[in-house]
Amino acid sequence: MKTDSNRLLLSGNHAVSHAVRLVKPNVMPVYPITPQTPILELITEFHAAGEMTGEIMTMESEHSAMAAAITASLTGVRVFTATASQGLLLMHEMLHYAAGARAPIVMFNVNRTLGSPWGFWPDQTDSLAQRDTGWIQYYCENGQESHDTTLQAFRVAEQILLPAMVIHEAFYVSHSMEAVEIATQEQVDAYLPEFNPPHRLDPQIGESWGNTVSQVMFQNHRRDMGDAMERVLDVAKKADQELQDLVGRGYGIHEQYRCEGAEFIITTMGSMTGTARDAVDELRAEGVPVGLLKIKLFRPFPVADVREILSGIAKVMVLDRNFAPGTGGILYQELKAALYGLKGAPEIHGYLAGVGGTNISPVNIKDMVHSAIGEKPVAHSVWKG
Amino acid sequence: MGYEIQEEKVFNSGHAACPGCSEALALRFILNTLGKDAIAVVPPSCIAIISGPQPLSSMSIPVYQTTLEASAASAAGIKRALISKGNNHTNVVAIAGDGGTYDIGFQALSAAAERNEDIIYVCLDNEGYMNTGTQKSSATPSMAFTTSTPAGKLSPKKNVPEIMVAHNIPYMATATTGYPDDLVRKVKKAMEIKGGLRFINVLTPCLAGWGVPDSAGPKTSRLAVQSGIYPLYEVENGETYTLNYGPNGLSVADYVATQKRYRHLSPEDVELLQAEVNHDWEKLQKKFK
Ligand SMILES: Cc1ncc(C[n+]2csc(CCOP(=O)(O)OP(=O)(O)O)c2C)c(N)n1
Ligand code: SF4
Ligand SMILES: [Mg+2]
Repeated sequence: MKTDSNRLLLSGNHAVSHAVRLVKPNVMPVYPITPQTPILELITEFHAAGEMTGEIMTMESEHSAMAAAITASLTGVRVFTATASQGLLLMHEMLHYAAGARAPIVMFNVNRTLGSPWGFWPDQTDSLAQRDTGWIQYYCENGQESHDTTLQAFRVAEQILLPAMVIHEAFYVSHSMEAVEIATQEQVDAYLPEFNPPHRLDPQIGESWGNTVSQVMFQNHRRDMGDAMERVLDVAKKADQELQDLVGRGYGIHEQYRCEGAEFIITTMGSMTGTARDAVDELRAEGVPVGLLKIKLFRPFPVADVREILSGIAKVMVLDRNFAPGTGGILYQELKAALYGLKGAPEIHGYLAGVGGTNISPVNIKDMVHSAIGEKPVAHSVWKG
Repeated sequence: MGYEIQEEKVFNSGHAACPGCSEALALRFILNTLGKDAIAVVPPSCIAIISGPQPLSSMSIPVYQTTLEASAASAAGIKRALISKGNNHTNVVAIAGDGGTYDIGFQALSAAAERNEDIIYVCLDNEGYMNTGTQKSSATPSMAFTTSTPAGKLSPKKNVPEIMVAHNIPYMATATTGYPDDLVRKVKKAMEIKGGLRFINVLTPCLAGWGVPDSAGPKTSRLAVQSGIYPLYEVENGETYTLNYGPNGLSVADYVATQKRYRHLSPEDVELLQAEVNHDWEKLQKKFK
């Protein structure tokens, strides 16, 4: 099924734009922000060249972009938008609103530091700070994965009726050029059925959304959202397998790399996983029994899987390229919570590594592993940046 | 004065507005003129309360309740989705308060006007944040008491109608509930002029917020027009001005005398207000050819 003509040298961002071209959203509200902008620029170029139809809305803010995305989605059409950093934060109110409205919008977010002070660097705090908004979240490590995961996100969001955010980091992924295998239109058409929701804003149907509800109605609605989130775990695994059947590439919702016989596991997300893989290879060559657990689907957090994978492991080292002052690394917190009360739970070392976009090399990771092996963990994140 | 209006029943009785509320009256005229092939967007405001708590609705059309600042963007999203599906007939109308229009929602409104989104935007202007208990908005007029300007507002009302005209939108009109036939005609005209953002500012006296009796909504609305405080006019394509109803010799003193929000005013204050109104009217009058 694969042909060489589908292999293009692309930045991570442009790999996403190509996925969006194939998905053919009806409505795309956009707003520029570094380092997301190339995603929207290539989409508007495709549109101008007649390679895409649909409505492009050049909004005056990310807040309005998300507001328009929600209502377009509720009118019963496929919607895409993209943002980063300050833009994602400006959307915060509407992110909750979108999830509450069960609008299966797909949004790409490029991780960038949050002001103040200003910076343009890879740092996952922007999207991790949205972890309680009711959005599905996927973290990707390269352009190929971002391309494929964008396709998966539509498949999952539209089945579950929750919005999905696909994420990669500034520059390391967004602007790095790589050979990317682009899915064919036939593959994507086979993968994504037409989006035709029974409930939508339509005078023929007469249904409304957003009216004031009672306490009990609100609680029930939140419970339904929680149940839907739970279902994402299986639906996302299936969507990954289904895409793999079509294009030959799959990722799982998490990945175990060289975990057989491992006594020590590195856990991280996004571009850091590529670096950690190299470190694992080198450590294995030295005879250190180390493996890697990459978390790809962060919301919903795959708690049961993580408990199973890490049960009986002596030590886990979490690498967080994000920082929540007062509590530390966010993946570290999530992992500790997930493993609480587990028999044979590992010791956990939480390391803040790469916050603000500082470079973390395989050598740095190897050094961290060596020092963690000889130390007792402390109960909080430790700066290693 | 009598009037005759053809209505399609979209707005229903049994809603939760204060008895005599001008917003409810305006909704009746607007929605019953728009008819059933319409979708409404409503932000937090008394309008949202009138729209009704789940599972009830006073409006027999789909209503999307949005956030306070997002009405224009939300309406535009619906319209674009309809267009993408080949539906060019359904009217999408945003109905927002003055707070949701003049203040927090203005950025989204200005942008939707600049993109000339094919929507109707109606501002029900009761000159304050009434749903939260009568605080000042930028639509509150000079010297009026609100609970956040207890000594009276220090600055004049923002002129959003003229700001919307400056966007060169196809249609801008001012209207008020005391002139129902004029309001209905303007809604119809907005419906006929398709293909761009149509804006109607409807003055809707708030009984509680302005301090007037339950029965005084329409009367107060007419006084605002007749004293020159709120002339009724319409502008096409940012340049063709038409006056519908202007001042007829009543004074600002006649207008403020009936409203508790002005009861702290001295005669000198009223003179200052009169001078402001004269100045604004002179400026506006030059635009009618
Ligand atoms: C972002 C945000 N800030 C504040 C509020 C609280 N709020 C709800 S209704 C309202 C007043 C709206 O006033 P207006 O638009 O004039 O409508 P009215 O109640 O007068 O009809 C406010 C401030 C809100 N819902 N959202
Ligand atoms: S407070 Fe004013 S605007 Fe709100 S329902 Fe009552 S009369 Fe109407
Ligand atoms: Mg108001």
